[in-house]
Order: sequence, then C-alpha cells, then structure tokens
Amino acid sequence: MSQIKSVTGRGIPLVGNDIDTDRIIPARFLRCVTFDGLGAQVFADDRAQTQGQHAFDQPQYQGATLLVVNRNFGCGSSREHAPQAIAKWGIRAIVGESFAEIFLGNCVAIGMPCVTADSASLQQLQDWLAENPRNSATLDLAAMQVNFGNHSISVCMGEGPRNMFLSGTWDACGQLVAQADQVQKMAVKLPYVSWSRAVH
Amino acid sequence: MSQGTLFDKVWDLHTVGTLPSGQTQLFIGLHLIHEVTSPQAFAMLRDRGLKVLLPERTVATVDHIVPTDNQARPFADDLAEEMMQAIEQNCQANSITFYNIGSGNQGVVHVIAPEQGLTQPGMTIACGDSHTSTHGAFGAIAFGIGTSQVRDVLASQTLALSKLKVRKIEVNGVLAPGVYAKDVILHIIRTLGVTGGVGYAYEFAGTTFEQMSMEERMTICNMAIEGGARCGYVNPDQVTFDYLKGRDFAPKAADWQQAVAWWQSLRSDADAVYDDLTVFDAADIPPTVTWGITPGQGIGVNQQVPTLDSLPESDRYLAEEAYQYMDLAPGQAIAGTKIDVCFIGSCTNGRISDLREAAKIAQGRHVAEGITAFVVPGSERVKQQAEAEGLDKIFAAAGFEWREAGCSMCLAMNSDKLQGRQISASSSNRNFKGRQGSSSGRTLLMSPAMVAAAAVQGAVTDVRKLL
Repeated sequence: MSQIKSVTGRGIPLVGNDIDTDRIIPARFLRCVTFDGLGAQVFADDRAQTQGQHAFDQPQYQGATLLVVNRNFGCGSSREHAPQAIAKWGIRAIVGESFAEIFLGNCVAIGMPCVTADSASLQQLQDWLAENPRNSATLDLAAMQVNFGNHSISVCMGEGPRNMFLSGTWDACGQLVAQADQVQKMAVKLPYVSWSRAVH
Repeated sequence: MSQGTLFDKVWDLHTVGTLPSGQTQLFIGLHLIHEVTSPQAFAMLRDRGLKVLLPERTVATVDHIVPTDNQARPFADDLAEEMMQAIEQNCQANSITFYNIGSGNQGVVHVIAPEQGLTQPGMTIACGDSHTSTHGAFGAIAFGIGTSQVRDVLASQTLALSKLKVRKIEVNGVLAPGVYAKDVILHIIRTLGVTGGVGYAYEFAGTTFEQMSMEERMTICNMAIEGGARCGYVNPDQVTFDYLKGRDFAPKAADWQQAVAWWQSLRSDADAVYDDLTVFDAADIPPTVTWGITPGQGIGVNQQVPTLDSLPESDRYLAEEAYQYMDLAPGQAIAGTKIDVCFIGSCTNGRISDLREAAKIAQGRHVAEGITAFVVPGSERVKQQAEAEGLDKIFAAAGFEWREAGCSMCLAMNSDKLQGRQISASSSNRNFKGRQGSSSGRTLLMSPAMVAAAAVQGAVTDVRKLL
C-alpha cells in the first residue's frame, strides 16, 4: 500500500458550514451495489440548483485535487458513498475547519487525508484559491502545512491517522486480519458471546 | 482523560491490541448490516480473497430501500431489487442470519436488534449507519461506520479506532406533559450545537433519563450523532434489565443472574472522571421543533424563528441559508406554519410507544384537508403489536395511511418522498436540504405526538393544547 506524505495540485474552495453527506451525495444515488459512477453525481442537487455556479461545475476548478471546506464538513449519514463520490470526482485530500467523525474515518479508510486549520487560515487559503485557480498548492503531511504561493498555514490531524498515511498503513484491513487468533481468543473470553449463542 | 466510565470499561474489555499507528484494534461484539452499505464491503472481501471471520456475530436485515406499500417481489424499482438480491446472496454465501421481509423479524435495523434482545449492555456494536448510536441506550458502545469499515468488521470482527473523550450530559427533573424524549434530545442539540459532540461519547445521566423507558432512551441515543457525538449511552439499570428479560437473544436461566451482575459492574463508577460535564433542568425543556436545515436549528414550539442578531456570529451564515431554503422569516412564529406531509416513523420514533403517543392525539380527530399523513412502523413486530392494540384502526379512522415497516421518508430511498417545495412535519432525525427525497423539500423535526397534532391541525401546533 502506498505512503501518502503530501498532495500537490490545484485547489477548489467550497464555502459553507455543516455541508452534510445527503448534500454530498443524495440518497437516491445510494441505490447501487458498487461505488462506480458516483463521481458524476457528487453534490448533484446543490449543483442543479446553482445552475453551473457550484464550485464543482466552474471551469477554473476542473482537475483540482485539493478540496478546501469550512466547519463540520461531512456531517450526517455514515455513507462512504460521500467520500467515494468526492474521490472519484478527482479530489485526493481535504482541508477544513472541522469534519464529522464518521466522514473523517471513512476518508482515512479510502486513503484521502483530511486536515484541519483555524478559520482565519482557511479563509486565507480559500481566498487565494479563488484568485489563483490555476496555481498549485501542497498539503505536506510531514511538516503539517499547506503551502500556496508565498504563504503557508499550519494544519492538524490526529496522530493515528497521520502515522497511517505516512507509513502507508491507512488501509487497516490487513493488519486487523493478521490478529485473527487474538480476536478468536477474545471472542471466547467475552461473557456475552456464550449467552447469545442462540443467535444461530 | 476519562476514567472509570462505562465507556472506559467497555473500551478496555474489547481492546485486542494497539496498532502501529497508535490506534486501538477494538473487538466488535455485534455487527449489524443492511442492504445499502454492505454490498460493496462483500465485494471488497471477494477481491481480497477474505472470508467472514465470525459470521455468527453479524445479523442482517433490509430497511432503507424497502417499499412500504407494495412489497411484492421483484420490487418495482430495479435498483432496489438488485440491492435486495445482493444482500440475500451475500448472507447466504457467508452464513449470516438475515431477517427478510415477511420473516416477522424484519424492520429498521436499530429497531429490530433491541426488540429481539440482540443489543445488550457492555457490547461494542457497529453498523454501516450513523444512527447505530441508538443501541447505546442499553449501555453498549455503539457507533456508525462506513463501508470499508464494514469490510474490516466482516473480515476481522474488529476496527481500527482512536478512543473518544467522554462528556456527561446530566438532565434532572420531570418532563412536563406534552414534552417527550425527542424534545429533550432536540433541546440538547440546539444548546450544544451540531459539532458540540465531535470527538466525544455522550453519557446521558440524571433523573430524567433514569425515569425514561428503554424506547425513550433509544430516541435520545439515536440522535447523539446529530449533535456530532459518534456514540451516546445510558448506564444500564433495572429498566434495562426488565426490558431485556425474556427477549429472544437475552441470556437465559443461570446465565441471567450472571449477566445482570456483569452489566451492573460496567456502570460508570460514582467517582468516574469525565472530560466534560453539562447539566440541564428538565423543567426548562419545551416541545421543540426545528425551523432550519440542521437538527441544531431548533426552537420551542411557542418561540419565533431566531433573528440574525440573536445568534452567535459563527451561526449566522447557516441561518441565512436556512431562512432562504425554508422560506421562513426571522422573527416569525413557528406555530401555525402550514404543513403538507406528516411522517410518523424512523429509527428515532418508529417504536410502539411512539405510535401509542401519536395515536392518542389522532384518536377522535381527523387529518386536516390537503395533508398527506402516514405512519410507518419501525418493524414487523411493532406493526403486529400496534395492530393487536387497534392503533392501525385509530390512525386509519383519523385519515392516516398505515404502512409496512421500513426507513421510508426519513431518507426517501424508496418511493415515499416529498414533492417539490412540500414541507413535512416529521418524527425522523434529519432536516437537511433534500433529505426527504425532493431537492427543494423542507422538513420540520418534532416528536411523534407533535407530528400527529400538526396533521390534525394542518399546521405546526403545540401538542399540549390537544392533550
């Protein structure tokens, strides 16, 4: 699995607090058995309503890989379809003031780093991106900074997820499965496992 | 850092080890799956050549996409039918118990697990659904996960997680008549905000929760996630034990006494240390309604839509977005707001006690002209119980449609949807833009009794006038 130490690319500012996962991917698009095709449907209703003015539709932001959002991004439903749709559109990392917990965990699990910054720094970054949509910015996970133009802002990320990205272990599945013997032992030890044997 | 809370004890008991990243590998005692967030997880297992490690620790049902009117197979919606077939095949191929439509045990996943006694104190519970926090009502640590994590639980019965902080939310006193569990949780979220709980587990403590039934506690914990807290819980007590005793999967015979003793030992210690404490007085809580586009934008039913200058600066941008989307003016009274659709159901308020409270208001009255009102029981068992009590007849006589069990218009993945700019009074949990199936549809969240009151009056009404 690949290490993720930095993400460099053009950025896309998406202004607004509490953008929930129903807005990121409306529930009707969850009627599917694969994640294929979700990229085209990201923010479907918001985009239809803003008639081409949504950041994800504006020509200057096409091809962007760094998404910059505000407070409580990804709140609501646990649907992984939301980060999947964002990733399939082309985003590789997200910078925001704060993220909803489940959304954040889903992003880690699919290898898309999310970092936080204070609101003044975010404003500065969003303003710069709006003025410089063709220029690249870099999220540096080693230095915990976003560098853009002549500027630099500090960003934060939980130590656990950060280690996972830097060491290339963000897909935890293999590590978890490797402990199957320990897991089986714990299953035998927990009292309720034998009480509810009747499950089968 | 918290110490001696139920959260700490359950976390420690389920810790398999520490991963190189520093995260905890946590054993998951009960894994619940449904048709929306599991098909891709099974596909990932197949791609990686992995098997389900402990199939007996996973239980499946269908709820999100099931039609609540005509449930004949194949479903009219081809995509829903494809999802249905996927979960049927995946459960069969992996020896996972599946409660299908017509089994008598199907329903909203967060309704069926408690009613069968699958949900028990001291468990860790995960499900690919954010409202998994519901199960915390039993003193379980229960949280929503995404599909890659569903894969991880299927493959390893564990998750990689960082430990949460614990905030004790104490509510003391007796709720006034016409004030329900839904009002309590909407009041808490309104006060602490939709991000207040990020990074925390919420422990709901105090005499108000102690006096609540298990179903009321489920309503509270269900919406912890709407306050940003991935899980919420109530310490198990005699109310919990009385609810569990005799249920299908509850411990039996000699196991029962042992179980009760173990459950008691998991309660937060009297001298437990919390990361934060917030205290409310039950007497301050009115029937509460949301006016905006997040569950935190709530007000007392007799209050007005807040003006910008009454809000902290950080909430104003969202408030302006909400005035516009909801077509409600700052300063306008919420009572009297005309309604188009009334929905009673969901994992928040689709249990038998919810239907009883709504039926009390509906009895002897009739749905106002031009209003579509419908009741969706949370499970096949809830439906059967309600019919045995004659609630279906009360609702039908009052002009409510009586449906089959499912998630229905809480998120509108089936054909139950708002149309255009319709506005609903809803007993569900989210009033996000577009949540109920129309990209311009509007939702007002409230208790089931308040929804029934809105249905018979045709407008948002203080239910206390109809008691």
